[in-house]
Parts: sequence; C-alpha cells; structure tokens
Amino acid sequence: MSVLDGGARPRMDRASRIGVPIAVGLLGLGVWQLLVGVVGVSAYLLPSPAEIVGEWRANVGPIAEATWITGSNAVLGLIVGAAFAVLLAALASRFRWFDQMLVPVVAALAVVPIVALAPVLNSMFGADSEIGRRTIAAIASFVPVFLNSLRGLRQTTPLHRDLMRAYAASGSQTFRLLTLPAAAPYVVTGLRVASSLAVISALVAEYFGGPRGGLGAFISTSAATSAYARAWAYVGASILLGLGLYLLTVALERGVNRLLAGGAR
Amino acid sequence: MTTEQASLRTGRPRARTRGAQLRATAFGLLGIISVAVLWEVYKAVAPENGVVIAGTRVLPRTTDLAMPHTWEMVARLLEPTTSQAGAAPLWLTVAEAALLSLGIAAVGWLVGTVVGVGLGLLMQFFQVVERGLLPWIVLSQTVPLIAFAPVVRSWGSRIEILGWQWPQWLSVAVIASYLAFFPVAIGMLKGLQSPQRTHLELMHTYAASRWATLRTVRLPAAVPYLLPALRLGAASAVVGTVVAEVSTGYLDGIGRQLISFAGQASGDPAKAWAPIFGAIALGLVAAGLVGLIGLALRTYRRGEAA
Amino acid sequence: MSTTTEETSSEAAVVATGIGKTFDTRDGEVQALTGVDLEITAGEFVSLIGPSGCGKSTLMRLIADLDSPTEGTLEVFGKSPAQARRDQDYGIAFQQAGLLPWRTVGANIGVPLELHGVARPDREKRVAELAELVGLTDFIDRYPDQLSGGMQQRVAIARSLAEQPRLLLMDEPFGALDEMTRERMQAELARIVGESGAAVVFVTHSIPEAVFLSDRVVVLSARPGRITGVVDIGIGRDVHRDEALRETAGFFEKVTEVREALHGTPVTAAAREAR
Repeated sequence: MSVLDGGARPRMDRASRIGVPIAVGLLGLGVWQLLVGVVGVSAYLLPSPAEIVGEWRANVGPIAEATWITGSNAVLGLIVGAAFAVLLAALASRFRWFDQMLVPVVAALAVVPIVALAPVLNSMFGADSEIGRRTIAAIASFVPVFLNSLRGLRQTTPLHRDLMRAYAASGSQTFRLLTLPAAAPYVVTGLRVASSLAVISALVAEYFGGPRGGLGAFISTSAATSAYARAWAYVGASILLGLGLYLLTVALERGVNRLLAGGAR
Repeated sequence: MTTEQASLRTGRPRARTRGAQLRATAFGLLGIISVAVLWEVYKAVAPENGVVIAGTRVLPRTTDLAMPHTWEMVARLLEPTTSQAGAAPLWLTVAEAALLSLGIAAVGWLVGTVVGVGLGLLMQFFQVVERGLLPWIVLSQTVPLIAFAPVVRSWGSRIEILGWQWPQWLSVAVIASYLAFFPVAIGMLKGLQSPQRTHLELMHTYAASRWATLRTVRLPAAVPYLLPALRLGAASAVVGTVVAEVSTGYLDGIGRQLISFAGQASGDPAKAWAPIFGAIALGLVAAGLVGLIGLALRTYRRGEAA
Repeated sequence: MSTTTEETSSEAAVVATGIGKTFDTRDGEVQALTGVDLEITAGEFVSLIGPSGCGKSTLMRLIADLDSPTEGTLEVFGKSPAQARRDQDYGIAFQQAGLLPWRTVGANIGVPLELHGVARPDREKRVAELAELVGLTDFIDRYPDQLSGGMQQRVAIARSLAEQPRLLLMDEPFGALDEMTRERMQAELARIVGESGAAVVFVTHSIPEAVFLSDRVVVLSARPGRITGVVDIGIGRDVHRDEALRETAGFFEKVTEVREALHGTPVTAAAREAR
C-alpha cells in the first residue's frame, strides 16, 4: 500500500515465494553437476549427485539401520531432556532461589560444547552403551526446552492472576485455565528448536568413539576409506533424519496451538 | 520550559539493588556447587555397577574408574601431564590446546560472521536474493550440517594452490565458519528488517537514499538482533571446531585431547576430565568475548528496554 | 477550481483537487478519501479533524508523498508531492515521536541536517538553536529513553523544524500525551510556528486543540472521508495563544461550531461550504 511495501501483487508474490527458492535449488544442483561433469572436480572434493544416488541404492539396508540407531538415540535424548527441562522450569518458575541456582549452569550449558562429555560418558556407561550418546542429546535438548518453558510459565501477567484470584479459582483451576494454555506453546517451540540439536548431538557424539553402527560412525569410516560418495549418501540420510524430526515437532507445535485455540472458545 | 519537572527515568532498566545482586551471585555459586555435590552423592549412594534395567545400564557405574571424585579431577589439573621428567602441569597442557582451538574457532567465527553479515545485507537489498536463499538457510539450520566434517577432511590434505599447501587447521576453521554463518545471516536480516515503520517513513520524507537509510536506521537497529546471533555463532563455531578436530584428525587442539586423554582413563581416570574443563572454559571465554562486543555497542541496545 | 494558474501555485502551500484514495486490502477495496478539494495558503495553520478512520491522516500522508492518491491532483508549492519531498519543502512529525533510541537528543534533532550534508559546525549550531527553541538545551546529551513523552515529542518537533521548512505536517503529535502536557505543548507549538512562519497541516482528534491552534479547521466525514465543513477560526496570528484564550467566549463559540460541523447538525451562523 505505502511506499515502503514492495508493491508486488499478491498472486505474483506467492508464485515468486515458492518459485524462486526452487529455482535456486535447481540452479545449485546444476552448478554441482557442472562442476563434477564438465569442470572435473575430483570425487574427493565433490562426488556427483548420480554417484551418491548410486551408493544410496546400493546401501539402502545399512543406511536405514544406521538412521534408526542415530534417530532413536536422538529421539530418546530429546524426550528425556525435554521432560527434565519442563520439570526444572516448573520448579524454577515456582521457587526463585532454584531459578537463581540454575542460571549459571544453564548459561554455561548453552555455550559449552556438550559433546566434549562423550568420551567420559562412554567410560561411565560402558563402551558398548548407547546411553552416553542419548545423554549428550538429552543435555543438548534440555537448554532450549528449559529456556522456552520458563518463558512460557512466566507468561501469565499479574492482571491475569488478579483475575483468577477475584474468581476465587483453585490452584488446579488456575493451572488449567491460565498457566497451561499460556505455557504450552512455548514448550512445543522449545521442542522444535531442540529437535535439530538432538539429532546433531547424537550424530556428532559418534565421532568420539563408542559402539559403531550409527550414521556418524558410517560417515567417518566411509570418508576415512576414501568412499566419498558413500559418505555423502550417509550425510544425505542424516539430513533427512534431521529434517524429519524437525517436521514432526513442527506438526506437534501446530497441533498444540490449534488445540489451544479451539479450547479457548 | 527547561524548568518542566519531567519524570526522568534512569537510562538502563533499573539496576537491581546491591543486596539482590549479591543474593543472585550466591545462589548461582550454590547452583554450580550443587552439581558437584550431586555427583558425589550419587557416587556414594548408587551401586558400583550403576543401575541396570532390562539389561541396559540407565545410570552410570560409580567406580573410581568411571566416576572419579570431583576433588581428584581438580587435583589432577595441578599435577604434571605425564610421568616423564619435566612434563608441564596438566592445566597448562590443556590451556595451550584450548587456546589453539579458540584461535581456530575465532577464525571460523570471523569468516562466518563476515559472510553472514554480507549475506544478510544482500538479502535486505535484493528481495529476490532473500526469496531465493532464505528458505534454504532456514532449512539448513534444521539439518546436521556438521555431518559434513569428515568429508571436508579429505579436501585439506589434497588442495595445493601455487605451492601453498592447505593447512589442516584451515579445514577445521572452514567447518567452524559454516556452522557460525547461518545464525548470523538470519539474525542480520531480521535486524535489518526490524526498524519501526515511523523511522523508515521519516527517512523517506528526508528523501534519504537506501544507503543513507541503511547507515542511519537499519544498521543501528540491527544490533540488538545481531548480538545474540553472534553469540550463537560463537557457540556453534566452538562446537564445530571441537568436532572438526576430532573428525579431521587434527592433533594439537582440545578436540583430539578429549579423545586421547579418555583413552588413558583406565590408568588415570581424572585426567580425562581435564580437557572437558578446557572445552567448558573455551565455550565460556568465546561467549565472554562476544559479550564484550555487546558492551562496546551498548548504545545501540537502548531500544531494547522500550 | 483552477489550480494551474501561476499566481495560485505561487502563494499556495498545498492545493488538492478532487483527491481520492482507495486502498487495496485483503478484504477488497477500501475507499479512504473521496473528492477532497482543499487549498492551504502559505503561512496558514489548518487542522484536519474528523472521526477515526475518516482519512485525515491519509490526506496528510498524501501531501508528504508517503502514499499516492488514486484520483485527483495534488500540488505542494506548485510541485508534485514527490518533488516537494525531494526538495525538502516540508518537515513532519508523527503521533509517535519516532526518535532513534541510540542517538542523543542533539543527534536526533540533527538527523535531517546530517542526511543532507550540513557540515558539522553548522549542524551543531543549528541543533543548539532548535534545542533552545523547544526548551531542551539541558537535555541535549540525554537519550530518548531518559525523556518523558512530552519531551520526546518536543525533540520530534525540533527535528521537523531543522531545515526551516515552509510547511509542517503533523499527524496527531500530541495524541499520546496527557491533557495537562498536551495543553502546554499546544501553547508551545503556537509560539514556535508563529516564529517560523510556516504553513501547518495538523491532524487531530481534539476539537479544542484544533480551535486553539488553527486559522481554519477542516472537518472530514467518516469513511469514505470527504470534507463536510470548513470553519474559519479567525483568532488571528497576532493574538497571543495562552491559557486565557481558552476561557474566552469566542473560543467556546468556535468549539461549538466545529462540534456541530463534526456531528452533522445544522451549522450556525458562520456555515461555509467547502469551496
């Protein structure tokens, strides 16, 4: 409408919103193929898409198995980490001293490379255990879920609380009517952010030793034995895993928000 | 009119009273201590072999080998690294490795920040660039890009340009930079798009050029968005460095030390914790350094309070 | 009315002929303004008043070239609004002060000067003058978040005057202030405008405010906005506008007249149809 808006018409707008990214994606794919096919970039730098697809087809079984191992580590870590996060956030929103005790610990967890714990966790749980990796994924998921939950639990304003008090609402009524609907969207947002972190952490922890069989282990062995196309195929699988878990949490977020919007009426 | 008794607010959001600050610090320290206490209590109470449910050990073993006492971890830092005569104290060995990794992470962060800021500007200036790239950038944040690390390793050893051999640490820095750049690019774009409508309209009435608007309004307004992005970028660069060191087999940094000292844990369990403390310090120092940038740019954060 | 003659455009600050503005929104077209004819002479203080959504702000934004009309022609000092904007013929103030929070009061007042390449020493001199004009000399190194709402708005007014424009556009500049501050700011503005000799287009909700400040009050109807009445206030530029003026019978008379024009009841003696 005004001079500050782009001025594009709505329909063209929508078309370009979808079309341009796709064009860029195709362009990228084209440049990739060009680099490999015409310029002749060596396979160790960049294998061709066709080669990678070939390796994928040849290794469907192992790839699926590795994705399952890494994926289940990530999901279990995410669930446990998120459960702890919500619990501690509930305590922190209730007790100020507890919140103040957690502040430095959480602040440190947010900036510290948690994966550094992987080697000692392996010796704590035993070298054949996947629990160490799940712990890493859990700690990595904890931070965003905790921070978002705490913010959500603090969403109820003094005005709302005064209102509940004026209605003489009981503690559980206040929780159901006020605290839960205010906090739930934040919790699921935290879960969405954490989902990517959980996959990344579970995968990376595999570079630090422990039982083999996950995606991370296969990527590093393939790369170490110069099977670059195969390594890229496993990289592709880990990208799909990350994307899949992310989309799952996005769906959860949408569902919860819709449910709350419906319940509000 | 100068005599008008306007209620003057203090500049920053009101500083907490001294007592409250002291209280927060005390509880914070207590929080850190209680992590150590929790460790010791679990070690004392739980069975040696940990807690095993249905064949899976869900809580760790508590032997000295698996869980050394916290004080042993600290004491070990002061002892020599190896039993060889003249070996440096462990804390110094770790600090040197951590510093080296910090340097690599800093290079990666710097490159990532420059690229990210540049891309943010480009996306702000040309809508078609934003349309084309932003979905991919957002998408790429949700996938484990660090999985590429072992693949990048193969580049390092084979690239030679005009007799200049690609150093291995540069591979590590490249990985760190591509992890750092995504949050910076998104934060920058968000920040550049954040100015109030009034401010932009004002610039329009001044017939200010895009460049002048960028300098006068958009860049300063971007600072509060850029700073958290830089911090996130720094954390990503540190993780990227540690992981890349491991997966590229770079020997001198903290990442490799984590692996090699853990390998000696059967004879020297407390030693494995030293590089962990190093990695923690590395992350904290990196975040602290970025915090200094925030301090230097605090004038531009005045809008945050409002 | 013919607007093409030389003499009209030379003495008129704003000439609007048959202005209409339609917005394309998601729910279809919304007509904000229709058939607006208005001429504002140089040095004249004109208030635009009307119910919410009557398009009075839109009209001001059209003059400022923040939007363009869908019908009719608009001239600002005989030029297109876009040209007038490029020539910096007007200064502007909004309901929100719109100060840059990271700049001091002085640096905020100096923004337009800085953008238009005024050298630093000249700039500092002018900023000091302006700060004194609006009574903020002691606050020149403060930041906006350290000022009250009224003081912030005064900075915005100083900023709008920075380049000595011949036309001031003000969109409810006192809308967010409390009544006491508001009345004081009105008296301030009357003094400042009197000193500068600029023409003013002043958008407001408040009848007393419009009467107190203006030479002429233009009343707009609800959407689609059109001019339903024009009230000449006739207080005169030479009359000192202070608290005493608010208590005079003439002031009350004009307030009543504007109110009746606004409410659509038959206007008393001085009814004037839009030209």
